[in-house]
Amino acid sequence: MNAQRAKKQKTSKIGRDHALHLLKNMIRIRRLEETCAELYSAMKIRGFLHLYDGQEAVAVGVMEALTAEDAVVATYREHGHALIRGISAGSILAEMFGKQEGCSRGRGGSMHLFDAKTRFYGGNAIVGGGLPIAVGLALADQMQQRPRVTCCFFGEGAVAEGEFHESMNLASLWKLPVLFVCENNLYAMGTALKLSESVTDLVRKAASYDVAAASVDGMDVLAVEAAAKKAAAAVRSGKGPYFLECRTYRFRAHSMFDPELYRDKAEVEDWKKRCPIETFIKTLKTEGFLTDKDRQVIEGEAAKEIKEAVAFAEACTWEPVEDLARFVTSERRSE
Amino acid sequence: MSHSSPETMRRLTYRDAVREALAEAMRTDERVFLMGEDVGRYGGCFAASKRLLEEFGPERIRDTPLSESGFVGAGIGAALGGMRPIVEIMTVNFSLLAADQIMNTAATYLHMSGGQFNVPIVIRMATGGGRQLAAQHSHCLDGWYAHIPGIRVLSPATHEDARGMLWTALQDPDPVLIFEHSGLYNLKGELAAGAGPVDIERATVRRPGRDISVISYSASLLKSLEAAEILSAQGIEAEVVDLRTLRPLDEATFLSSVSRTHRALIVDEGWRSGSISAEISARIMEGAFFELDAPVERLCSTEVPMPYAKHMEEAALPQVDKIVKTIKNMVKTHG
Repeated sequence: MNAQRAKKQKTSKIGRDHALHLLKNMIRIRRLEETCAELYSAMKIRGFLHLYDGQEAVAVGVMEALTAEDAVVATYREHGHALIRGISAGSILAEMFGKQEGCSRGRGGSMHLFDAKTRFYGGNAIVGGGLPIAVGLALADQMQQRPRVTCCFFGEGAVAEGEFHESMNLASLWKLPVLFVCENNLYAMGTALKLSESVTDLVRKAASYDVAAASVDGMDVLAVEAAAKKAAAAVRSGKGPYFLECRTYRFRAHSMFDPELYRDKAEVEDWKKRCPIETFIKTLKTEGFLTDKDRQVIEGEAAKEIKEAVAFAEACTWEPVEDLARFVTSERRSE
Repeated sequence: MSHSSPETMRRLTYRDAVREALAEAMRTDERVFLMGEDVGRYGGCFAASKRLLEEFGPERIRDTPLSESGFVGAGIGAALGGMRPIVEIMTVNFSLLAADQIMNTAATYLHMSGGQFNVPIVIRMATGGGRQLAAQHSHCLDGWYAHIPGIRVLSPATHEDARGMLWTALQDPDPVLIFEHSGLYNLKGELAAGAGPVDIERATVRRPGRDISVISYSASLLKSLEAAEILSAQGIEAEVVDLRTLRPLDEATFLSSVSRTHRALIVDEGWRSGSISAEISARIMEGAFFELDAPVERLCSTEVPMPYAKHMEEAALPQVDKIVKTIKNMVKTHG
């Protein structure tokens, strides 16, 4: 059986509507990130800005495995995760504009998107810092016998942090319902995995803690979705944590301040040929799931959504400076 | 607050007061659990949780691996997930291994999320010197943590506070750090049979006096009270103010005291430079300058990492004789 046929079988199984839904979500992220880059150049967005282009299949595929009751912990490259989790593009952009209608009231910015309604626990800009938080959220679920999963996204750079190892050990020791999703884009800022890790096989690291672990092509949204569903099902069944490595690549620089001295342009171009959106479009077209018109409709809807979001963010307001000292301690003193 | 009549007073150690508080909190609120290194089977490195495992079981008296960042972070996550964790760190020096989670997560989540995610965690740890434990187990960093907005810092000096601060801290919607001075655990003292929760907002005058305000906290408070007793026999009446809460500082109480006595000595086991004593001195300058008859003075720990040798350690810490001498000098010189 050749690869094309295998894929076709998978695609057929999920159905056209779902396939187009996945495609649309990836395109929504791509448009959001392109718009962020433009708005950064236009100085509407400031601070650090880390874009997700190239990695869309990971957030889109994994979110399909989660329910509304589950929790998400993410990193500073989290615009895509936030959008697909259900935070509106308008409140995400308003946040990056620093407006009070932003999902973190303008207190967080690009790196700290939060949303209680969708159980989106940030937006953590300390590499590895979100892992213990995910362990604790899962501990709370276990102690209160709630059948939930906490999904923790992080990059491969985090595996060098002590908190990765402490969290793997704790989650495994206590059999906690955490889905660890490692987005291996090969570079921790500018340092290649092979230059920073003695063991570059990340699955082995997780497995050494007796954590169920698997690796998947993070450029293939269907593969990510299938792997994430399998992983989430294992976590839900009470077997403890699961480590899913998604092998992916970031197409843009680490942040807006990065001249990309550390990687070959040829390497970037090679990976761009594996663009999760373009390859998925090709597959869908080959299988007759997607016409040019379908694509136009999807692109049009995504563009409209992001355009309206920009207009929303523009129209949002600045928090009065008199409120500066709010949200340091809770305004309700007890419950 | 609850107080019983004097006839129902009983004698117990500071450690027993802490243990009673832990047990009562666990009995009263099923969301409360204790987590830390050796809190269960070992009974706590200072025996504060001795025998609690038998009553509450290993789920709620939870031994952890030596992963300070991991289990403090897990406590934060559990707090976000609806539990009321009490995390014990063996000593303040080890808390530095969890400083990332305390500073970058616990203290910031409410703010970064624009008020959406408060972190109701209580972190207890032993602090302070005097037991010949040298330079990695003896420091008094209570005041250092008090620099951080977003957390509350408690330093219980008395049995009543050791017994009563924990429950009030657990009602706080935000992170609370409780510093238990390791030199106090064995100390016997009087406690009302019905002693219960105490206020954690206010400093208090532990001994009234007209000649000078001695402002202190934790073990140094007891030394200050001892010095005041000695001085009283010599006709000098020192008013001793127990700060109790180092953040937020209750400046009204010590400014009011200074306004009555017109002199202030701050006794602080922390190092002098950049200390809580420096902060208090500055606040007196800002808030009661024209009430002063003499410059504010400070007695702090000598600025060395703590030495092991007994005579050297004693020389490094604020001591009763030094307090007596300093006060006599201040009252005489500026009398």
